[in-house]
Amino acid sequence: MAKMQEKKEKKSLSGQLLGIALILMLVFSLLIGAGCSQGAVTPQNDDEAGEEAAAGAEGDEQVAEEGEFIILSTTTSTYDSGLLDFMLPAFTEKYGIEVRVVSQGTGQALETGKRGDADALLVHDRASELQLVEEGYFTDRQDVMYNDFIILGPAGDPAAIKGMESATEAFTKIAEEEEIFISRGDDSGTNRRELSIWDKTGVNERGEWYKSVGQGMGDTLRMAGELQGYTMSDRGTYLSLKDTLDLEILVEGDPNLFNQYGIMAVSPEMHSHVKYEQAMKLIDFFMSPEGQDMIASFKIGDDTLFFPGKGVE
Amino acid sequence: MPRLIEGIIEAFTLIITLDPNLMKIIMLSLQVSGAAVALSMLCGVPLGAFLGLKPAVRTRFVSKILYTLMGLPPVVAGLIIYLLISRAGPLGVFGLLYTPTAMIIAQFTLAMPIIAGLTMVGIRSRGKEIQETARTLGASRLLTAWTVIRESRFAIFGAIVTGFGRVIAEVGAVMIVGGNIDGHTRVMTTAIVLETSKGHYELAIGLGVALLVISFVINSLLYYLQGGVGSYDRRL
Amino acid sequence: MTGGYEILSVEKLTKKYEKEVLHVEKLSFEKGKIYGLIGPSGAGKSTFLRLINFLESPTTGRIFFRGKEVFGNGRLDLSTQRGMTMVFQKPVLFKTSVSENVAYGLKARGFPKEEIREKVELLLKKVGLEAFAGRHAGSLSGGEAQRIALARAVAFDPGVLLLDEPTANLDPNNIEMFEDLILNLNKEKEMTVIMVTHNIFQAKRIAHEVLFFYEGYLVEKGPASQIFSSPEDPRTRAFVEGRMVY
Repeated sequence: MAKMQEKKEKKSLSGQLLGIALILMLVFSLLIGAGCSQGAVTPQNDDEAGEEAAAGAEGDEQVAEEGEFIILSTTTSTYDSGLLDFMLPAFTEKYGIEVRVVSQGTGQALETGKRGDADALLVHDRASELQLVEEGYFTDRQDVMYNDFIILGPAGDPAAIKGMESATEAFTKIAEEEEIFISRGDDSGTNRRELSIWDKTGVNERGEWYKSVGQGMGDTLRMAGELQGYTMSDRGTYLSLKDTLDLEILVEGDPNLFNQYGIMAVSPEMHSHVKYEQAMKLIDFFMSPEGQDMIASFKIGDDTLFFPGKGVE
Repeated sequence: MPRLIEGIIEAFTLIITLDPNLMKIIMLSLQVSGAAVALSMLCGVPLGAFLGLKPAVRTRFVSKILYTLMGLPPVVAGLIIYLLISRAGPLGVFGLLYTPTAMIIAQFTLAMPIIAGLTMVGIRSRGKEIQETARTLGASRLLTAWTVIRESRFAIFGAIVTGFGRVIAEVGAVMIVGGNIDGHTRVMTTAIVLETSKGHYELAIGLGVALLVISFVINSLLYYLQGGVGSYDRRL
Repeated sequence: MTGGYEILSVEKLTKKYEKEVLHVEKLSFEKGKIYGLIGPSGAGKSTFLRLINFLESPTTGRIFFRGKEVFGNGRLDLSTQRGMTMVFQKPVLFKTSVSENVAYGLKARGFPKEEIREKVELLLKKVGLEAFAGRHAGSLSGGEAQRIALARAVAFDPGVLLLDEPTANLDPNNIEMFEDLILNLNKEKEMTVIMVTHNIFQAKRIAHEVLFFYEGYLVEKGPASQIFSSPEDPRTRAFVEGRMVY
């Protein structure tokens, strides 16, 4: 303890402690401000800096740089199927752009894009997508691939819907029999489609048997299996989980069950920081013959999960 | 049942062989939570000491806020931080969403009140008399502050360990602000959620076991520290 | 005992919380004397002690220490603070070894290591606890802890030693030992001692001067012999004759 210094001390002890706290908070906020992340242990350490640079130089950067990345907001059904793990390494290899995938329900994914927190979107709610493109949030939307929804249930099929051709009729039957139906209830593309079918049935009062669980596709399927209830799923997620589930496909092929996926970029006019150029590279890659072939060749066991391009309703 | 046993066997294989994917997730968890707790400690301990030395009546309001924040549900913390750092939010220009930094900030908001609050409680019990004793023995302000903190070290360590235990195990906040991006923001808890939903129980169980081990170590440490505090208090 | 110059004095010293708890017009203490502060609970003795040890600031009034006004420039400097020390009713020992506790004030003042070691050894011998040097402070009995607290307080030879009911929780043996230590220190070092006690016989035994406080006011001050044999104020008389209920 240096005596000289001590004599000059005048703040109270409490004041001093508060001072220390404030200084540390200041240092902390500077750390955040500088965007320097202590947790970034991945090889992509410099990404935050890279992102800022890219945001500044938005528009005139044609060649992808090392360590560049974009954020792709997608639906749980796409992500859980494993398609992206199959395709994205090829894209990164080719363009040197890492794709960070955030998987959410379609509703949340669209919201993430609208807020500018993603650069590109891969979702499946065609009507909403087209409307948001119209409103200027998104741009360069392409019909990238399709598959279909299926209605699943226990092998015993207590509501006897197996083989029905109309999803609407099958739903009506389940409602009449009051058999357990598990709905995702998370405003995802699948959930939105399911609700639109319920609208068509005219069944407005859904009782105890109808369980809205607010979970992703995988968890919803799992719950349906455990409770031996009915549910609606996209074919891809079901196929990827089939082995671990005690559920069977009961209804398929209804045009109402058609599932179109769209890929699009967040509009740089709405959010100037987004990496539009890089997002376009991703869209172009998915739409290129190579990308479309990869989609078609992606299989789980013998089952094809997605079909390239635009399907016909 | 056979699936469960299968999963457990595979999980232990992953752990024993130090599966790189598993290790990466564990390391990121430790680093994110470690950084969050380190920062919380730097802010929370002085803040808690400051409050603990004030008469309880004068800090009643701040204490209430602190106690409320100690019980802040992780998802709420996640939501608030998300709204702040999202591109559309006030701090959007920094582009922090879906980065480890965002996760550290979110966990900081969870750990800081716990560390500050428990430090405050720990110091309140004996801090004032320690402060006066040190001063009357001629300690400078700085030495007095240091003595107060040193004397309450068991309570403070306990606070830090409790804070770490809370954030390493939370899933809500890191899921929202980190986005669970593979290899970038995927930590133990978010990975368990994902792997379970995908039906990949091996990795989920392996991570669960790792989390349990970490939790066990933390609680043993806490138990030891609380034992330490107790025995000294009884004697003094 | 030589009796000496004025080491500490106060003027118009008051302390108010919700209401006024202390009001002392003028009072001074001489170097090398032992003062006993007596009076019923709530008389303001402890508050007075805390004010002159700068643990609390007075509401109004001035304090002079060694001829210099304390808080003269609105703040307390460390050298003034270091001229005085206090031993509380409850010994507050740090959670470390006995010798580390005794060394605390010396270390704070930057004494050389060797000197600290010698002084600590000597002090422990003086309080009869040299065998306890390496023990953890938490393992001491109440009487032992209070003796260590005293050793720690006098290690750096403070000009004024303040004692706030230091023997209230001790057994007769320890009280006697403690009083002997005080008398010794006073004789050897000419240390001024200001002791608050609710035990009038203790004041009678060791104080040179006795001050009687009542309801925040200093009622009477005089040589111990006079206060106990022929107090001027009826309240003082009532107190020392044991007729006052407190």
